[in-house]
Amino acid sequence: MSTLTERVAAGDRRALAQLISRIEREDPETQKILAELHASTSRASVVGITGAPGTGKSTLVNALARAFRKGTAGERPRTVGILALDPSSPFSGGAILGDRIRMRDLALDEGVFIRSMASRGCLGGLSRSTFPAVRALDAAGFEMILIETVGVGQDEVDVARQADTVIVVETPGLGDDIQALKAGVLEIADILAVNKADQPGADSAAESLRAMLDRNERTLDGWQPPIMQTVATTGKGVEELAAAVLSHRDHLARSGVGERRERERAERDLEERLRARLFEHWQTAGGNRLAEAAEKVARRECSPEEAVRALLDEGRLDKKPR
Amino acid sequence: MTAKIIRVLMAKPGLDGHDRGAKVVARALRDAGMEVIYTGLRQTPEMIVEAALQEDVDAIGLSILSGAHGNLVPRVMRMLGEKGMGRMPVFVGGIIPPADIPALKAAGVIEVFGPGTATADVVRAIRLALGQGLSD
Repeated sequence: MSTLTERVAAGDRRALAQLISRIEREDPETQKILAELHASTSRASVVGITGAPGTGKSTLVNALARAFRKGTAGERPRTVGILALDPSSPFSGGAILGDRIRMRDLALDEGVFIRSMASRGCLGGLSRSTFPAVRALDAAGFEMILIETVGVGQDEVDVARQADTVIVVETPGLGDDIQALKAGVLEIADILAVNKADQPGADSAAESLRAMLDRNERTLDGWQPPIMQTVATTGKGVEELAAAVLSHRDHLARSGVGERRERERAERDLEERLRARLFEHWQTAGGNRLAEAAEKVARRECSPEEAVRALLDEGRLDKKPR
Repeated sequence: MTAKIIRVLMAKPGLDGHDRGAKVVARALRDAGMEVIYTGLRQTPEMIVEAALQEDVDAIGLSILSGAHGNLVPRVMRMLGEKGMGRMPVFVGGIIPPADIPALKAAGVIEVFGPGTATADVVRAIRLALGQGLSD
């Protein structure tokens, strides 16, 4: 076993931070480390917090983490790992990661680990490294893992594939009841939080969401998503929100839905890995004319369909990889 | 393996509330392709060092306009050493009297940037400190 594996498993914060950096760099060594850590994962509850920019996600994550740390409504205190996503610039690749500004209450708590992550070109609200980073936090012993997505619009639903419980954060005045009817982000909610509920319109926002939820696909799993009203800046409604997260976790365990989702997640993960490996295999087998083929397609010298056929011939998958 | 993206922690230690300069520099670093973890105002040295550890940054920028640099900066440097991060490049920006600069550098600060510094110089200094001076 590598020493980094042992240090992460022992809860060494510096080692955990360094492992996440290596995951983000896609250092091949991390594959081995994550594989070694795999057996010690899956104790954590993974909670995704998503919603439009400015709805108060970071502040809500801060308040929620404090509630879990304190242990509310007869629950014991739990340790909390946070992954806070912000967008990378499509031009420079740089990013301003500002979620820590709202999380200063947690800055010196030994039971909390916060990591800011840039989306690095991934458009679904997360980054490619988010899920492996969740595994690292889990292996380091964090019990609740909160993923705060990039501020999303209507269609960035990757977090639903990674989290056990998804909280969709709305605010009063974000749109009329037709917005609530549309497909997308709202459908993935296990819990809806109407944040900034001290502002006018909170009750009618909650009402529109309630009407939409009556026909939600996910209620088929035997769970009716609750609609919580919160004021993250004062902590109002946050203990109730934390309690709802824990009761959803219990529901997942009791109903077998959690196990099914974990299996589905593993299957998708394996499929993605397989695709990536097949692409690598194609490259090592001599497929390297992607740019050239793209230029031909752009100039209308050949169709994308023909180009793919030619490219596949070039990197023959029946050749042994180097 | 993908190319290393430089991660920089930008923090304002102490009590002054002026973060315009820190934001301008953060923006410039972003435009130079770096990831800037911006922690906001009124950070204690303990908070800065713990954030640097959790975020596994490559460099730290401290913006100070309060005159408390003589106290705050050496504390940050000492705590970095205690956490095994003594080799972390640290830069200071803000209002620093020239007479105080040698003491900050003696404490381990790589460079001190005053008003009027071109942001390109900050980018270059960070890259140079990280051994990427030629990739400009």
